Amino acid sequence: MKDIKVLGSGCANCETTAKLVETSAKALGVEISLEKVTDMARILGYGVMSTPGVVIDGKVVHAGGVPDKKAVEAWLLA
Amino acid sequence: MFDALASLLVHDALGLDPATRTGAALHFFVMDTAKIFFMLVAVIYAMGLFRALLTPEKVRRYVRGLPAWQARGAAIGLGAVTPFCSCSSVPLFIGFVEAGIPLGVTFGFLIASPMINEVAVVILAGILGWKLTLLYVAAGLAVAWCGGLAMERFKPERWVEDYVWKIRMGETALPEHDASWAGRHRFALNEVKEIVGRLWKWVFLGIGVGALFHGYVPEAWVSDHLAGGDWYTVPLAVLVGIPLYSNATGVIPVAEAMLGKGVAMGTTLAFMMSIAALSLPEMLILRKVIRWPALALFVTVLAVAITLVGWGFNVIS
Repeated sequence: MKDIKVLGSGCANCETTAKLVETSAKALGVEISLEKVTDMARILGYGVMSTPGVVIDGKVVHAGGVPDKKAVEAWLLA
Repeated sequence: MFDALASLLVHDALGLDPATRTGAALHFFVMDTAKIFFMLVAVIYAMGLFRALLTPEKVRRYVRGLPAWQARGAAIGLGAVTPFCSCSSVPLFIGFVEAGIPLGVTFGFLIASPMINEVAVVILAGILGWKLTLLYVAAGLAVAWCGGLAMERFKPERWVEDYVWKIRMGETALPEHDASWAGRHRFALNEVKEIVGRLWKWVFLGIGVGALFHGYVPEAWVSDHLAGGDWYTVPLAVLVGIPLYSNATGVIPVAEAMLGKGVAMGTTLAFMMSIAALSLPEMLILRKVIRWPALALFVTVLAVAITLVGWGFNVIS
């Protein structure tokens, strides 16, 4: 099971990103636990200033903008 | 090319006389829609391919080590070329504060960033010519510089919310982007989708307002009231612009129509800058990190700086 966090203050792009991760995981049959992190201290704690960001199993894999669908699938299958 | 296309569509196909108000407005609308969206897609794609992936995180790391005046120049210059979504203002502000970057420098970055960006610059040059574009960029940089400096005088540190000082930023290395051509192409396409998806409403709104102005506002009225660059037109334009909000790209067709009717240049530029840089949603977002007095001061300082720049342009032109 992958532990995935979407970092963002709740803006439209962050919601889009969270949805994208969720639907991709479902389509690929990958089990995930998804958390939307909106707390600024935690977001910055990951070293991310440009939101949305994506953290998988504690590692920042993306920051600044909605990620590419292909990239999301690659993270899920890695 | 776009002019001819619009003439063909509006005047020939629909049979609207270019001398009528509707004909003129519709022609403006069709021409600008085709032109701006074509340029928008082309510029964003090209930028996506070649952009050196300048992220706010890199700006922060770079600026934190510089002495004050260099930091200000770098932050403003980088603010102008770094695109970031306004929903990132809060983490960005905190990240800068945490790095020990002076607040005045941070405000300079926050002023420059929405006002000047590569997309607006290219479209501005395509529609209004490079001369006016250079003036706009120079004016924007000047406003950001002076605005940041003026903010510093008031010691805005006392208005920063307490929790901001307590946040410690992690030093995780962020993932590098895929630099192969296939990766760049994907990135560029994504950028086009994301940015056009965000901007199209503003651009249409701007073109619509521009078209109405172009078709329906009588030239005689403009030359009587707005063309002379009377001193009060500039602060008036700034005041009208504060509650209005649009993206910098969306303001361009409005400015085009205003200049076309003969509104003075400084007045038009002040109006553009006020709309792009001063916005209510942005202020409400910033309220999460600074208290009302600082926000009020921020708006006042910016309004004054923009007014001064507008006057300056009206005097020299």
